Formats: sequence, C-alpha cells, structure tokens
Amino acid sequence: MKPYNNKAWWLVLPVFVLVAFSAIIPMMTVVNYSVQDIFDPSTRYFVGTEWYREILSDPRLHDSLVRQFIYSFCVLAIEIPLGIIVALSMPRRGLGVPVSLILLALPLLVPWNVVGTIWQIIGREDIGLYGSLLNGLGVDYNYASSPRDAWITVLIMDVWHWTSLVALLCYSGLRSIPDVYYQAARIDRASSWAVFRYIQLPKLKNVLLIAVMLRFMDSFMIYTEPFVLTGGGPGTATTFLSQTLTQMALGQFDLGRAAAFSLIYFLIILLVTWVFYTAMTHNDDKG
Amino acid sequence: MSLQLENVTLKVRGETYIDEANLQLDGGSFNVLLGHTLAGKTTLMRLMAGLDTPTRGRVWLGGRDMTDVPVRQRNVSMVYQQFINYPTLNVFDNIASPLKQAKVARAEIQRRVEETAHMLGIDHLLGRYPQALSGGQQQRTAMARALVKDADLVLFDEPLVNLDYKLRESLRVEMRKLFASRDTLAVYATTEPAEALALGGTTVLLKEGRIVQSGPSEAVYRQPCNLEAASLFGEPPINLLAAEIAGGECRIGRQRLPLPAAWQRLEEGHYRLGVRPHHVSLAPLATGEALCLPVQVRVAEIGGSETFLHMTHDEIDLVAHLGGIHELAVDQALEIHLPCAEMFVFEPDGELLLSPASPATAARA
Repeated sequence: MKPYNNKAWWLVLPVFVLVAFSAIIPMMTVVNYSVQDIFDPSTRYFVGTEWYREILSDPRLHDSLVRQFIYSFCVLAIEIPLGIIVALSMPRRGLGVPVSLILLALPLLVPWNVVGTIWQIIGREDIGLYGSLLNGLGVDYNYASSPRDAWITVLIMDVWHWTSLVALLCYSGLRSIPDVYYQAARIDRASSWAVFRYIQLPKLKNVLLIAVMLRFMDSFMIYTEPFVLTGGGPGTATTFLSQTLTQMALGQFDLGRAAAFSLIYFLIILLVTWVFYTAMTHNDDKG
Repeated sequence: MSLQLENVTLKVRGETYIDEANLQLDGGSFNVLLGHTLAGKTTLMRLMAGLDTPTRGRVWLGGRDMTDVPVRQRNVSMVYQQFINYPTLNVFDNIASPLKQAKVARAEIQRRVEETAHMLGIDHLLGRYPQALSGGQQQRTAMARALVKDADLVLFDEPLVNLDYKLRESLRVEMRKLFASRDTLAVYATTEPAEALALGGTTVLLKEGRIVQSGPSEAVYRQPCNLEAASLFGEPPINLLAAEIAGGECRIGRQRLPLPAAWQRLEEGHYRLGVRPHHVSLAPLATGEALCLPVQVRVAEIGGSETFLHMTHDEIDLVAHLGGIHELAVDQALEIHLPCAEMFVFEPDGELLLSPASPATAARA
C-alpha cells in the first residue's frame, strides 16, 4: 500500500503552466539567443559567452549605465522626500481630502508618451510656457541643444509624473496611524520632529520600501519620455539603457547581443532591488 | 494637585458631548469614571488633560484656571486602551522619552527610569523593543512612561480592556499599590462596575455626557442617588419593578402582595422597586420579609460556580445571580423571593427613597 499518492501535482500544474508561459519560456528563449549569433532563422552559430564579454567591455553601454544610475538616484532623491512632504501636508479630514487625492491621482492617469509630448511643448524655448518664460527671464534654456537642459527636463518630467505615486502611498501609510499616537505625543510634549522621526517614519517604512522599489525599477527602465522629447539626444545625453537596448535589438537587429544585454540589465535590476529590500528590512525585528 | 470642573460643557457641531459637568477631585485621590461606551468618559478625560477645550465652563488644576492652557504646557500623562509605545525605541528609551523632552539630566533619567521599571516589574526588559513584548508588558511600559514624569494628573482610559483577565486582575491590584504611595491625582475610566469597586477610591458615574453621581465607590454603590445610578453601577444591572402601594397592599402588575412592615410608612402611590441580581433567591427566606413573584425562565447561563438566570414576570425582564449550578428548562415556571431588606425604593421620577443601608426611616416627607 502506498502511504501517499501524487494527485497533489495536479493542483500545482495550472500555476506551473502559467509561470512557464509567462516567465520561464520567454526567459529561456532570451538565454538561448544570447549564446548564438543569428543572421536569419536558419543561419545561427553558437558563440558561447562572446556576447557577454563584448557587452561588458562596450564603452557605449558603460556610459549609458552610469547615466542610468545617476538618473535613478536623482529620481529617488527628489521624489521620495518630496512625496513624504506632500503626504505630510495633505489634509487629514474634510473636503480637502478627496480634492487633494483627485489632484494627486491626475498625473498618474496620463500615458507616458503624452507626458513626453506635454513637456516637449511646455519646454520649447519659443512658444512653450516654461521654456519661453525661462528664456524671458534671461536663463539660457534649450532642451534640444543643451545636454544638461535635456537631462534636467527628463528628470522634471518624471518628478511631475510620479511624485504623486509616492505621496499617495505615504498618505495611505500616514492614515493608518491611529490618532491616539499623536495625542500621546502631545501629552509627552514631543516636538513635531520627534513625532515624524519616532511615530510617522517607522510607520511609513513599509510603504516607503514599496515606493522606493517601484520608483527605482520604473525609472531604471525609462524609455518613452526621453524618446518622445529628444529621441535620446542631444548626442547621447538622455539615451538610457532601454533605449540603447531597443536600438540594438530592433535598429541593428543584433538579437544575440541584445539578448545578452537584456539578461545583464535584468540581473542589475534584481540585484539593486534586493539590496534595497535587504537594507530596508534588515532590522525589522526591532520594529 | 486637585482638579475641579466647573459647569464644563462640550458641544461639537450642535451635539452635546459633555453637559454641565461639575466635579471636585482631591489631590492624591484615585478616581474611577464609570459609564457605558459613548457615555463621554474619554471626552471628559480629554477635557481634563487639555486635549480639548470646553465650549463653556472652567477647568481648575491646583487652584489655577487651566481651561485655556494647551496640553503641551501642562504636566499630565495618559495611558490608553491600545498599547501606545514608540516602535523604534526600546523599553528604556520609551520610558525615558518624556524625561528627555523635559531635558532632565542623564543620571537622573537613568535613576527614575530604573525605579519606575522596577515598580512595574519590567526592569529585566529595558533593552527590548515593544514588538518583542507581550500585551501586558507593552501596557506596563506605557504605564511606566505615564508614571515616570511625576505628572500632576494621570489619566487611564480603559487601560486593561485589551488584556486577558488574569493580567487584568494582577495589574489592577498593582495599580492600587502604586497609587497608594503617591500624591498624584489619578483618573481611571472603565465600563465595568466590578472594576470600580475593586479599585476603591471615588467613583463618578457618567451617562450620556452627564455626571449622574460621584462619591466614594462603596457609598455610591450602596446608595445610588437615583434609578440611573443604580442601574449603571452593577453588572448585571439592577432589577427594576413598577409597584403601587394602595389599600395596605403592594401591587406589582396583577400581583397583589401583602405590604411589608418596612414599607408601612410609605404613602400610597406609585414607586419603583430595585433589587440587585445577587439578592434574588429561589428559596423562601429564612428570616425577614420578602416579595414572592411567579416567573418564567428564559435562559440560564451557567458559568462554572455561578448561574445567571434570566426570567420574565409579566413581560418584565429579571435577572438572578445565583451561587452554584442551577439547571432550569426554558419556560419553566418558578417563584422567586425578593428580600425587602435588600430592596431599593425609588420615587416615580427616579429619586432614591429607601435603600437597604437606610432602613425605613426616611418616609416620603
């Protein structure tokens, strides 16, 4: 007599099939591409790790990777504190609550390419609202010719588009703090800094973790906005990783190299996200 | 430091939360606010602490008018039903936090925190974080934080509700000891009459934002000033019966009973009779007069060594708190005996006329 049977595998099967088609098979296809040189479906050569070696020593990719890290760092450094400040200054009750929630949700509803187009127009130095205003004030601003201006414009665009997400997440975190905590702090005569440091920030930790990871992953994969604004220019000032990847895969049809690149790209995101997660949760036991 | 409330009223958007509260609490006393949920216990405490300002009336602390002084400038502390501690600070720093805000010297902080922690039996936990503590230990930490700063006024808002009953009893006993040796004014809110009696001190009965009665807990329990006070202070609540005294008889519904000697002096007219559930007896009394009523059993709740018997007489609900186990069937007919010596007699408008402690001397004037 068998002490157990294997029927339970049938319960796992649907999930397994789903994951296979949504993740494992596409992923392994990419792995397969990345070790071959492909000219057409019938002409392909096994090249081993050649693509990887080539990618890791490609200065064009190094530049774009550094640019990408600086960009994501700036996005987090601006959006996270700004989002917290916005959330802290939002009303806690009354008519102001729905009004501010709707206002904050609006930018999140705008598609990426529309955001790019909006800022492309707003930033124009001849007719754009901000562009012409800045130039009128004597600031030499032109995103189409100055790499610095283009870079800053892409950053502002992202801040405009996504700070609300951080603010909304933080607001929901703040709302979950019971009123008695604030009351107890008042009775203890705690300063507003102490309230933030010892009550609000600890309670925000989990939503901040989600906000940081979402914003990091998303900004690390930015594609549409700079593509719409300047097409990655001027020069390569706003050419970030995903645009480099697209050029490689579709522009040059360099599938093997692009696949190797994709995998490295994926591993970088995985690694950095893991570092963030570990860093922010390592002292969870102390609350 | 004494606390005095003078005609304190709080209205929020036209709704009266506290109605003309007058109260005098002496320094060093232990006071219990007793009332049902939504009676205004927390609201009254917030007014005492200065978290809210009354719409009308004055709040005096130690003879000083503190009505408009915000809580940050007062020396009060409060313990809540929820266990409120700073999650990222360990027990020591949690207890020390009010002292640090007050810029007390480091050595003094160390001494006072250790002393308070020792008093509450949490001195071995000083290095732990609140999450690693049990509920009772978390509440002890919150209590230590409230006690460490030697506040003029310490408020406890149902602090033991979220603890299991064993911890509750041990903490309750400790609280009495803690405050016996201090001259801090303590106010303790609870919904449980038994807790008010166990804690001793003064009891203030609250109902729908009004103070019904206040005084030494025992005295309030023995001599409730009216029907409301009598039914608030007792669990299960006191049994009430409408009665008419006429023609040398006591009429309860359709029942006509001979008039007990103790009530001979009462004028003819309508009264309300009150008898606490633990005085209701199933057997005839050995001594003394009693009213005998036929009842129908509704349900008998058996709790180990005691039975709560719910009955009806003429559609009036009655409860008996009986010692021992009584297994009685639903709808069973019984006779109950209500000892006249333990009965309260109220005027039709609710004022107390006779109580067991003051035998029939004060007939209606």
